[in-house]
Amino acid sequence: MTALGKLIRTTAFKIIAVYLIVFAVFSAGVIAYLARHTQQLVVSQITETVDAELRSLQEQFAIGGINRLVDVVEARAQQPGSNLYLVTSYAGVSIVGNVQVSTGILDRPGWSEISYRRAEDPDVTHESRALVRVSVLPGGFRLMVGRDFEERDRLRQILAAPARWALFVIVIMGIAGALFIARRVLKRIDAMTATSDRIMAGDLTGRLPAAGTGDEFDRLANSLNAMLERIEGLMAGVKHVSDNIAHDLKTPLTRLRNHAEEALRSAKGEADYRAALEGTIEESDALIRTFDALLMITRAEAGEVRTHMADFDAAEIAESVGDLYEPLAEEKGVKLVVETEKPLPAHGNRELVGQALANLIDNAIKHGEPAGDDPGEIRVTARNAPGRVVFAVADRGPGIPEADRGRVLERFVRLEESRSRTGSGLGLSLAAAVARLHGGELKLEDNGPGLRVILAIPAQSG
Amino acid sequence: MRLLIVEDDREAAEYLKKALREAGHMAELAKDGEEGLALALDGDFDVLVIDRMLPKRDGLSLIAELRTRGRKTPVLILSALGQVDDRVTGLRAGGDDYLAKPYAFSELLARVEALSRRTTSQSGDTLYRVGDLELDRLSHRVSRGGKEIPLQPREFRLLEYLMRHAGQVVTRTMLLENVWDYHFDPQTNVIDVHVSRLRAKIDKGFDRALLHTVRGAGYMVRDGAR
Repeated sequence: MTALGKLIRTTAFKIIAVYLIVFAVFSAGVIAYLARHTQQLVVSQITETVDAELRSLQEQFAIGGINRLVDVVEARAQQPGSNLYLVTSYAGVSIVGNVQVSTGILDRPGWSEISYRRAEDPDVTHESRALVRVSVLPGGFRLMVGRDFEERDRLRQILAAPARWALFVIVIMGIAGALFIARRVLKRIDAMTATSDRIMAGDLTGRLPAAGTGDEFDRLANSLNAMLERIEGLMAGVKHVSDNIAHDLKTPLTRLRNHAEEALRSAKGEADYRAALEGTIEESDALIRTFDALLMITRAEAGEVRTHMADFDAAEIAESVGDLYEPLAEEKGVKLVVETEKPLPAHGNRELVGQALANLIDNAIKHGEPAGDDPGEIRVTARNAPGRVVFAVADRGPGIPEADRGRVLERFVRLEESRSRTGSGLGLSLAAAVARLHGGELKLEDNGPGLRVILAIPAQSG
Repeated sequence: MRLLIVEDDREAAEYLKKALREAGHMAELAKDGEEGLALALDGDFDVLVIDRMLPKRDGLSLIAELRTRGRKTPVLILSALGQVDDRVTGLRAGGDDYLAKPYAFSELLARVEALSRRTTSQSGDTLYRVGDLELDRLSHRVSRGGKEIPLQPREFRLLEYLMRHAGQVVTRTMLLENVWDYHFDPQTNVIDVHVSRLRAKIDKGFDRALLHTVRGAGYMVRDGAR
């Protein structure tokens, strides 16, 4: 496609072209209307002049007969810029006048438009147009008085030339303007297209240019950039996950395979085979769990579960999940305390929120062991906040250094010191995904000592 | 027990049939939704095990059709989709229980047996009795050998569920689902801790244990003497 072709295809150009055509037609109409009216004015002036002149000559004839008329006409015809005069006898013979006209014209009394030639004009072929009135005088004389159309024609010329120019300029300026605007629009669009081509080619770091003027293109560019940001984040997440899947799933898979091989090679009896097979099942169950958690996060992030949002009581969740984990905490010698405001009407997916909270409490039990003689305490609270229900799970363990807090929300991240312990490393990221899905948030705070995890979800509306 | 397995994966279906036979149950196989519907309408089955994704007619539509025709046979839905919303959709379509693939056979067996019992058991009973252990559902009282045992409300519900399915294996996930109403995987042995607490209250100090651990499967309340 040529550059001009592209320009002409733009919406801006098309809109301006249509506007231009409408405007030109309208302007032409106005000019034509004005011209018609001024011409009518000129013609009526001519008519009045001719009428007055004719009346005055008729009076002269009435006073002094044909001789006086001839004298007066002769005198007036000599004046520069004079009217047109012609007096003929009853036989049609010209007596006096300053024009030559074709015969027969004076036979028709009244108004007519004629061609004539000035009597003194040496050029016999030069004819002009005029508006004349013929009157029959007593005695068969005929008197013709007229006026040249010269004024009308001159006026027409005066009007026509600028009107043509004006139209010409309007059209040229319009086309130029259209091309200019279309080019500007096209330039922005081309820049965007080029960037998106680059992005489609795989370079997700590209961003659409924004001129900073806050116009509609900037708004578009900004929202597309926000979208790209999200896509880039998701893509990075996917890459991160696939790397981690490779690691975290392949390691147990390898172990699984090794155990099976080992059993085949060196098992000595049914008991050995049994143990090996049981180990295999246990390891594959752990794999399935990791896989399920991953799927859950992915689907929560894709927003698929959003359809199953309902109203539920957050206090009930806090209590039942707390109740579920309380014996586990006790077994570890840690006290688990649940404190909730009641009622706590929340909106969301009860199952997912419950699972998120369970993960947080499970984490607190696993990683929140206090140092020294402190018996430790895990405090689970749920309370109302404006428009939100806020859960908090606080332990008195070693906590997480501020620098690591963002990182632990990522999938599979386990801080080195906890790598040896059980867990898929997906607990916190699942809770974070649940928070995001609900339009809420997950925050890690210092409990001094220990870690406090805040999970906020929307309250029931209305 | 007579079961119908509607599953298009031949190998999985045969494995299930064989394993169920070893557990003492008869199973028939159907390989697609239409065949499954015809068999389910014709035969007299105690439980239907229906895969969710089937050729010709999908599992949910099969169940919906059965229910429209007034068949109340309990249905266990099998599905590779194990997520919360899929479970809700499955149960809304008329399924009685939902099991995500891949599953442990012991889990499937326990659930199928719990389902079959559902149609015959007297869930209206107000008093459950296993050996000398008694649970009164109305007064929320539990006693063993005439001696009252104080239980926390959650412990009471745990025991109530176990006793309703006395003589049957109850898995950890079944307990989590029915006692706590959660369907997620707790990732830790929380349920075991609850059960051992309960066991300490009802079995400790008595010469005969009633709450048994079934290795690799779950738990069972049973009077050992029988």
